Amino acid sequence: MTQASKGDWIQIFKVILEPGERAPGLPPETAAVPLTMKVKGFLVEDSAAPGDTVTIRTVTGRTVLGELIAVNPLYEIDFGRPQPELLEIGVEARRLLKKEAAPR
Amino acid sequence: MSNKPDLSYRGVMARKNEIMKQAVGLDYGQFELGGLAFDYEAMMGQAAYSLEEVRQIQAETGVGETPLLELRNLARLARLSAPPGKGARIFVKDEACNPSGSFKARRASVSCYQAAKLGYPGVIAATSGNYGAAVASQAAMRGLACIIVQELYDSRGLSQPEIMEKGRACEAYGAEVVQLSVGPELFYHFLVLLEETGYFNASLYTPFGIAGIETLGFETAEQARRLTGRDPAAVLITHAGGGNVTGTARGLLKAGCLDTAVIGASVDLSGLHMASDRDFNRKSFTTGHTGFGVPFATWPDRVDVPRNAARPLRYLDRYVTVTQGEVFYMTELLAQLEGLERGPAGNTSLAAAFAVARELDRDEILVVQETEYTGAGKHPSAQLSFARTQGVAVRRGNPVENKPGEAIVIPEHPGQVAVQELALEGLKRSYLKKARADKNGAPLSPVEKRYLAAELNSTEQYVEGYFREES
Repeated sequence: MTQASKGDWIQIFKVILEPGERAPGLPPETAAVPLTMKVKGFLVEDSAAPGDTVTIRTVTGRTVLGELIAVNPLYEIDFGRPQPELLEIGVEARRLLKKEAAPR
Repeated sequence: MSNKPDLSYRGVMARKNEIMKQAVGLDYGQFELGGLAFDYEAMMGQAAYSLEEVRQIQAETGVGETPLLELRNLARLARLSAPPGKGARIFVKDEACNPSGSFKARRASVSCYQAAKLGYPGVIAATSGNYGAAVASQAAMRGLACIIVQELYDSRGLSQPEIMEKGRACEAYGAEVVQLSVGPELFYHFLVLLEETGYFNASLYTPFGIAGIETLGFETAEQARRLTGRDPAAVLITHAGGGNVTGTARGLLKAGCLDTAVIGASVDLSGLHMASDRDFNRKSFTTGHTGFGVPFATWPDRVDVPRNAARPLRYLDRYVTVTQGEVFYMTELLAQLEGLERGPAGNTSLAAAFAVARELDRDEILVVQETEYTGAGKHPSAQLSFARTQGVAVRRGNPVENKPGEAIVIPEHPGQVAVQELALEGLKRSYLKKARADKNGAPLSPVEKRYLAAELNSTEQYVEGYFREES
């Protein structure tokens, strides 16, 4: 991963609550892991590398401290693949409506 | 000793009421009637705005007045599997036409107006849903800073694609997005941020948020009358936290639709735990599901404000569930037969409507009161692609074979789309059970009896009967 320079748009990671500090009554798989946070903002320090503890200034002007995990992170969303289970639904429905409309 | 506030979980939760009071600019104490009871109508009447005022506020930011569209081809398809003479006309309120792409713009509009009026520098909302984009968009229009707090990823760092898209949308509107791992302590961090920033709590559950939805019910009635000359026989409402049901029903009542059935619909996610790090990414719907719908109906005040303005059991005539597979199926049909690419989560009530239409006469009117925008991450192909990577099976078959977190079964035929009844009686008893535990053996006051009867849209005799039976 690339180095970041002052003003770069980066993402930081921070532990908010360690497992022992979490709310009571959680399912065991949730209670066993920390509550963590990711926030994006502009790097305040002159330069930093992934893994460094850094400061960001968020778009609302807050400063937040955390571990640098990504520089200008990608929006990892897409439309996925066309789903075979959905592909024929329209064809089937139009066929049913056509059959209904046909003179008997 | 430092002057810094105690930021531990316990320390912050202990300051909850104080932080909340600062952040909503509303003294909820004035509406308390002692014990369990509070004056709901006074809260809605005094704290919020009149319907006419809300319409003006919403007109300022382009919210509402969305079209009511008739789904003729879907209705024809429903009639193919309906008894003779049955199969109502189906209409949909195309709420995707709101500025941020969902009805949530209505809910955010009044909160942002109020925040600006009271001089708050910004707004915060805790939401993984469309509400985030709605608040961000309305805040942008009103010149307010905005922070959205999302529950986004599990302990492996894996995220729901639908929530990632909603985060992207918030950023597009200029909001700061704080993303958290799975857990109800999101509320704790939300309080920390409210205290740090002094922003307004644009909670989903204030009187402002709910008053904002009343216009949706009111417009629905006006448009149905204009287009068909009659009142809707039923309005189908996707139900999660209860605001959509409450606001819409209140709007219908204000329009004089006294005989219109208010039907809530949720996606069945029974068996999946909402606070589970493991179950989190095994669901394909992040809202509109029973994981919110049931607990919020049976105890509304479990929210981020002292008194929830969303109280669905006061208004629901019926509550039904559908499966994830049925909603994906209807989402596909909506696009292919009606030319509307929307949802899928917002199509929960549409799937239910398709089944309920078969119970009604052909000249009766059934309204689905929302759509939502779709896009990368949200779309069925994105959701199902992700579900497969989480080990969830996707196949065609009979929807009764759906198993939340394990199998998404897409119907093979429109006749298979059905609703399951979730008995309101059971929810009411569950509500009373909690009320009884809160009383801890003390008798109900006359005011509390009247309050509980109103809460359950029932009678004081019913409430008394439950308490007698269980003592």
